[in-house]
Amino acid sequence: MNTTACILHTLRHESRDAAMGKRFMHNAIGGTVIGTGLLATLGLAVLASVGAPGPAMAQAKPVTIRAVMHSGLRITDPIITTAYIARNHGYMIYDTLFATDASFKVQPQMVKEYSVSDDTLIYTFTLRDGLKFHDGAPVTSADCIASLRRWGKRDSMGQKLMEYTASLDAVDDRTFTLKLKQPYGLVLTSLGKPSSNVPFIMPKRIAETPADKNVPEEIGSGPFRFVKGEFQPGLKVVYEKNPDYVPRSEASSWTSGAKVVKVDRVEWLNIPDYQTAVNALINGEIDYIEQPPHDFLPILKAAPGIQIINYNTLGVSGMLRMNWLNPPFDNEKIRQAALLAVNQQDYLDAQIGDPDYMVPCLAMFVCNTPNATDAGAPKTDLARAKQLLKEGGYDGKPIVVMQPTDLAIVAPLGPVTAQALRKIGMNVDLQSMDWQTLVGRRAKQDPVDQGGWNIFHTTWVNADMLNPVSNVGINARGKKGGFFGWAEDAEIETMRNAYALETDPGKQVAIAKAVQERAYAVGMYYPTGQFISPLAAGPKLKGILEAPAPVFWNIEKK
Amino acid sequence: MGRFLAGRLAATLPVMGVVAVIVFLLLRLAPGDPAAILAGDAASPEQIAAIRARLGLDQPILTQFLSWLGRLLQGDLGSSIISNQPVAKLILERIEPTLALATTTIVFAVLVAVPLGVLAAWWHGTWVDRAVMAVSVLGFSVPVFVLGYLLIFGFAMQLRLLPVQGYVSITEGLWPFLSRLILPTLTLSVIYIALIARTTRSSVLEVLGEDYIRTARAKGIGETQVLWRHALRNAAVPVISVIGLGIALLISGVVVTESVFNLPGLGRLTVDSVLARDYPVIQGVILLFSALYVVINLAIDLSYLLFDPRIRY
Repeated sequence: MNTTACILHTLRHESRDAAMGKRFMHNAIGGTVIGTGLLATLGLAVLASVGAPGPAMAQAKPVTIRAVMHSGLRITDPIITTAYIARNHGYMIYDTLFATDASFKVQPQMVKEYSVSDDTLIYTFTLRDGLKFHDGAPVTSADCIASLRRWGKRDSMGQKLMEYTASLDAVDDRTFTLKLKQPYGLVLTSLGKPSSNVPFIMPKRIAETPADKNVPEEIGSGPFRFVKGEFQPGLKVVYEKNPDYVPRSEASSWTSGAKVVKVDRVEWLNIPDYQTAVNALINGEIDYIEQPPHDFLPILKAAPGIQIINYNTLGVSGMLRMNWLNPPFDNEKIRQAALLAVNQQDYLDAQIGDPDYMVPCLAMFVCNTPNATDAGAPKTDLARAKQLLKEGGYDGKPIVVMQPTDLAIVAPLGPVTAQALRKIGMNVDLQSMDWQTLVGRRAKQDPVDQGGWNIFHTTWVNADMLNPVSNVGINARGKKGGFFGWAEDAEIETMRNAYALETDPGKQVAIAKAVQERAYAVGMYYPTGQFISPLAAGPKLKGILEAPAPVFWNIEKK
Repeated sequence: MGRFLAGRLAATLPVMGVVAVIVFLLLRLAPGDPAAILAGDAASPEQIAAIRARLGLDQPILTQFLSWLGRLLQGDLGSSIISNQPVAKLILERIEPTLALATTTIVFAVLVAVPLGVLAAWWHGTWVDRAVMAVSVLGFSVPVFVLGYLLIFGFAMQLRLLPVQGYVSITEGLWPFLSRLILPTLTLSVIYIALIARTTRSSVLEVLGEDYIRTARAKGIGETQVLWRHALRNAAVPVISVIGLGIALLISGVVVTESVFNLPGLGRLTVDSVLARDYPVIQGVILLFSALYVVINLAIDLSYLLFDPRIRY
């Protein structure tokens, strides 16, 4: 065969084989692709049909509540941190000596009975019978004293109480005394405070951990036990019913009264994407979302069987905080100008949007509470604000407003403030960052050009804001122990002390009013409005209680 | 071969050393303060300073680095600043979901993409080729979270065939394990199907034009043999490189997919640690990723030996 013949033969061969090959490929490869797709589809269908019942139908035993909380639990010590997720964890596994009820009265909780000496200097507490820690040890006076001492090193109300405490002494295993240096009006209010830091009672050996170091064990005497083996920081926390817990006989009211556990287990899951959490709730995979964003509430309301519950009617407040150390807010007139430039409704519209969950309120100690007042509250007045700005000598330097873009509930506040201040002629540098960068930067007392700042916003659970001692925004100790922004005002500090020492509730209300008037006058902070963050629960949950923190006792799962 | 292996493994150490130094320095230069995070909202500057001192964060960076390096050389990755848990334990808890998702995704993607790529190459220029390429472009273009939500809507919310979210270990049953991986696998594999199919197509196309293919046909070898023994095998090297890189990318972070389907994998651990400025965890995870990259690259290089006899080490 010559070369030409050879090439022709090859080409004919190629042509024939190509045609055959195409047919083969059509059948074989195309079939493979289609087959793979079919296999995958079939696999799904077969697995779906022969597999275990779908998640929506699954009924786990033991009875378990699966809850998505507002954040993942990473720090298990509710004394070392003020993080609300740690406080909520505290309510699961610890108990308290006293607790606040729905009418703001402090009620005995672990305490069976207490007495106050005639000179109001000695409080004697006797513990209830049968109190036991999860490791089986009885709760003793020594445990309570050690726990109160540790709490007193961290919490603002605890620190104040300890300032006026002469001694804490055990009388016997179940009785102890708190002796004061002088009459103090907030002893029971402090011991029964409902929010961070709550004076939870731990075993003495654990409570002796330094107050800036996480406790090594999670042992309490509360209604649930912490299941350490299943704890995955930031992902999952498991609690099981404490069979040894002896509830009080009184009805539950906020964090006081009977804590009757009606399920076997509670699992806290951290689902970072709220769309996924909402889908999971509607699909029956979880039972409870602590704080669904307000944007999702219409979807949840429309879903069959989903309950929207305003469990914390006290709600949450926003706060605009200025830095007193840096110009221009080191000048009282400029701070007053800022307070006259802003409008609370603008914040609530941007932050919440739904009027059903907004509570316009300029009471620094929370509306509908004993200390609520609108005394001294500013009314938006742009002309006066501009005049004060001029009188204050504002030089046009940029104001650094820190905006945490990853915290949906706080993110809208910065732009509202920026716009309001621009309206009166201030030069605003709105800096976006993540919340933890903000947390690090707000602790800096440096000038703005060295990493400092002028304004940040945050939110507080209102249970933390009820009086001039617990409300950190009113702390006027400046650089010596004040809240970020370091407001300093001797008059306010004098009134805060007077409030703490006053034993007459009526006089305390009058002092609180005076404190608020002064706080607005000097520009301690601006409350950007109250709002309610309801929880969403699946149709199987019944008996969710109203409380200043999410509590899981009394909840049944049918 | 032995020397090659030993050399490549020895090269791992300086690579990881450089990574360790860079990560350590970058973290210290980044804004944020774990002590302030730990201390909480109501903390005083004194309390924050006390926590910083306890954690050793007030020490010079060199001292901190040497202290960390010393522990690392003893096999101790340290403990999380935030949760106080050992870093190794945190990583071990998260590695299973990541490996499971990476495995199912890459297996599914290869099973679908390689035949698709071959099909497109074989019918080059026809509507089949254009359809495969169009699907590939779509696969690249659709954001992962959009596809994820659509699949959840269809399969979980409407048909109720599969769960919306979560992860269950295979030790708790095959169906619970698989049922939670099907949707994330489908979501994540689309982009890898697109990538592998395009690479396979171009690689097979190139090989089909080679002289040895024509020679094989001239020798009378059937098309099946030509395709599987001669074309695909020679086209495999670039495809394997893409698959290997895909595995490395899958292991080192698919945060969006993990978030949408609530999978507790390494991607979420990394992001959570970065947001919390949990230095020891970030350092541990990045070191692991750098080691994985080195090992996977080595495995890819070794796998070339199986497909291309011309390659020698």
